Amino acid sequence: MRTLNLRIVRGGPGRPATYQTYQVSVDEHLNILDAVQKVWATQDPTLLFRHACHHASCGLCGVRVNGRERLMCLTPIAEFPEGATVTLEPLRNFPWVGDLVVDVKPLMDRMAAIQAPYVRKDELTAGSEEGTRFEDCIECGLCMSACPVVGSDSAYLGPSPLAMIKRLLEEPRGRDIQSLCALAGDAHGAWRCHSVMECVEVCPSNVDPSQAIGWLRRYLILRGRRQLAGAERR
Amino acid sequence: MDRTLSSLPVSEHVARASWWRRAAAWVDLHGRREGWLAFILMRVTGIGLVFYLFLHLTVLSTLARGRQAWDAFIALARSPLFVAFDAVLIFGMLYHGLNGLRVILLGLGVGSRRQAVLFWGAFVLSIVLTAVAVRMILMMG
Repeated sequence: MRTLNLRIVRGGPGRPATYQTYQVSVDEHLNILDAVQKVWATQDPTLLFRHACHHASCGLCGVRVNGRERLMCLTPIAEFPEGATVTLEPLRNFPWVGDLVVDVKPLMDRMAAIQAPYVRKDELTAGSEEGTRFEDCIECGLCMSACPVVGSDSAYLGPSPLAMIKRLLEEPRGRDIQSLCALAGDAHGAWRCHSVMECVEVCPSNVDPSQAIGWLRRYLILRGRRQLAGAERR
Repeated sequence: MDRTLSSLPVSEHVARASWWRRAAAWVDLHGRREGWLAFILMRVTGIGLVFYLFLHLTVLSTLARGRQAWDAFIALARSPLFVAFDAVLIFGMLYHGLNGLRVILLGLGVGSRRQAVLFWGAFVLSIVLTAVAVRMILMMG
């Protein structure tokens, strides 16, 4: 067992943010999410946090652990020494709902504009209305939180939506390439990235949004050159 | 010309935020690592170099005030404090140039997973070359 002091942001819109510290003992082979769940179950049922799968598939438990964007389910207790204070805060750049919960609507709106989810129709079973995404991106929003451009430009598409556009352009399957290129080539698209590179560092799923944005830039340059040469219809 | 698509999703809470709150997103160093440090150093050295450009033109204008004024400046330029300013200037130029190469590569999607190594490479090389340059300045007396 390991005892940690979880210093968690409490509050919400209209309520000032305060830090509340909970002492909790959990098995050192577990993760921070388990510790937060134990706090909720044994000490404070009013604590707000999101979680579902516990294995980095749902992307719901993204918070800032000691300032850094991480999934709580991927943050081992063993990383912290006995008696350590671990500060948990909600993600940046999203509307704050309360405690550790943010509203991820801005990310979902962007994915909808790109026409994600990406569905393999041949994988749909009879009667199912939705397919599964086969992207690495779990849409946890960590990259959107870590990117300072997202926090300063309200229309910037952001790292994960741009990575999604790259993936769709790689394998369009009937998608409207023109509109995808218009989104990526917009003043608030791939060209708005300032290469701060925090998205690459915080991504828990090896998406590498920065590499995708660079790929989009090369794609747009080559496409523009082909258009100028008249080889492709505008 | 505003090339923004009318259909582009907008983060309402960011759009409603005051300019200083949006600007604060750039200097929020909480939990940041090499990428952000490289970004901030790039801006600081860039602003510093623009400031130096005007300072340089002002210093050159002393030539128009005659030989005495210029000689007085040269005497000042040989002081240890001025050499320290030179070192800061040289580091700024080197870092801005070397990190500029890093940003060109990263901006085109090359080496993103090595971005921290590239940053430290540019940073250490800038320090080493600055030390060499300062030594040469001191040797020239």
